[in-house]
Amino acid sequence: MEQNNVTCFSAEGGNLALVKHVVLILSGKGGVGKSTLTTELALALRHTGKKVGILDVDLCGPSIPRMLGVGRQEVHQCDSGWVPVYTDAQKSLALMSIGFLLEDPDEAVVWRGPKKTALIGQFVSDVAWGELDVLLVDTPPGTSDEHLAVLENLKKQHKVDGAILVTTPQAVSTGDVRREITFCKKTGLSILGIVENMSGFVCPHCSECSNIFSKGGGEELAKLTGSIYLGAVPLDPLLCTSIEEGKDFIQTFPDSATFSAINIIAQTLLTCLQNS
Amino acid sequence: MIILYCPGTSSEQAGKTSSCQGCPNQNLCASGATKAPDPAIEEIAVKMLSVKHKILVLSGKGGVGKSTFSAHLAHALAGDSNKEVALLDVDICGPSIPRIMGVEGEQVHQSGSGWSPVYVEDNLAVMSIGFLLSSPDDAVIWRGPKKNGMIKQFLRDVDWGDLDYLVVDTPPGTSDEHLSIVQYLSSAHIDGAVIITTPQEVSLQDVRKEIRFCRKVKLPIIGVVENMSGFVCPKCKNTSEIFPSTTGGAERMCEEMNLTLLGRIPLDPRIGKSCDEGKSFLAEFPESPAALAYRSVVQNTCLHTLRHVPTHTETRAYTH
Repeated sequence: MEQNNVTCFSAEGGNLALVKHVVLILSGKGGVGKSTLTTELALALRHTGKKVGILDVDLCGPSIPRMLGVGRQEVHQCDSGWVPVYTDAQKSLALMSIGFLLEDPDEAVVWRGPKKTALIGQFVSDVAWGELDVLLVDTPPGTSDEHLAVLENLKKQHKVDGAILVTTPQAVSTGDVRREITFCKKTGLSILGIVENMSGFVCPHCSECSNIFSKGGGEELAKLTGSIYLGAVPLDPLLCTSIEEGKDFIQTFPDSATFSAINIIAQTLLTCLQNS
Repeated sequence: MIILYCPGTSSEQAGKTSSCQGCPNQNLCASGATKAPDPAIEEIAVKMLSVKHKILVLSGKGGVGKSTFSAHLAHALAGDSNKEVALLDVDICGPSIPRIMGVEGEQVHQSGSGWSPVYVEDNLAVMSIGFLLSSPDDAVIWRGPKKNGMIKQFLRDVDWGDLDYLVVDTPPGTSDEHLSIVQYLSSAHIDGAVIITTPQEVSLQDVRKEIRFCRKVKLPIIGVVENMSGFVCPKCKNTSEIFPSTTGGAERMCEEMNLTLLGRIPLDPRIGKSCDEGKSFLAEFPESPAALAYRSVVQNTCLHTLRHVPTHTETRAYTH
């Protein structure tokens, strides 16, 4: 990574001025695949030629650096602020995460709300993203300090296009996501759509489909709340392994049903953003 | 470049170090207000004298099955009708326990002796913010201090009665809720934490942070449970590793960090279904491999707690 020689964009109007669209990836529920989906959507959008950024505001559990295979990188500063970490020489995918600021990757970030709020404020205003088509913001589960902080700071700087909500099919998950939908409504955040993740598992031995985390909850939730249903992504061990190893799943398995599902969601998202 | 070290609100350096610059709490910490001990801590300690064993269920990672495990641990412990068991849900933003325990929509009542928890069985009580919300769509959009206040109330004001076990389900992370539960129970005795993970490195990397957190706050770790550990296809009976362990799973992590692996629990679609329906998976499918695995893990957990039975004079197990 040629971090030291990068030209820092100093756009008038702040570091988000040249970012065309900002989309939050939310859930009320943990472990539904927000970070996985953020990563895969970013890769899918990049494959269509878009310049994409990911802002990872999960301060306690920052997963994105590993998922993109960028691990331990140093973050450098320029005149406009912090230079994001680029996953490639073409700088088509940029990332900022607290994961890069930890000297010891196993060190716990044991902060109460106010300190988390302060860092997120810095992440929103002080990262020199330059020109981006889409900035995806990955969030931790819940409706608390991080969510309020990122939304308040984004609103000060830039319009927020909206949020994608991720759920698994189970009622225990959709139950939390309903509350997240309320959070969106109360804070004036548009809901771009709902994604049902971990939607069925096809046994690689006999092709039997097992609904390990139940079935249909995402679509029902969309109907119940009047939201757009963006689609379902199946449970796929190949995706899980790809994510673990920081590989580009889309390059490795371009013909898989999983990629097809993710691609549909990415295309729908792009259409929605371009129409707004 | 920011320095990530917060000295802690009760430290002598609180509000005074260079890393405190820019923190919204800086003036409050520097004034000394945060160093005064919260009287609630002693009140909670007195309340907790009637609770023999306290077990926290933690993970760094979301969605690994903390609530599912907490609920089934509580069910298993309450299977002995001579034991009094309670389950406290301190996941303020995403309270799953009422649904999983089949008591969604129940109300909490107040009396002279405090809040009455909701009883699932005669010997199994539950408390969650879920019972205080009037609609399943209500969002609890609270910042840290308000969440902390709720947790304090749960510990101080709920009329638990005499308990053999208090199981505490927590949200993912290492933040306000976790600091508060440890702080408010600092003058009581916590047997320890059961840490839940899935086999993947994406989980383990968060779980290692949680383990560091436990060691930082001197919270004993009972052991680690590897959940969602393999899936047996109901049709062909072949096993698939849906959440593959690319770095040796919980077993290697436990070896490296000198922890006990309490057991592995496989994926079973009937677990999620039971949770959705508010039924005990252990009661519904007692002979299933997952139920047998659960019982083994519960037994290992109990063995640990039985090694230490606190006396009424025992306080101040931790220093911070």
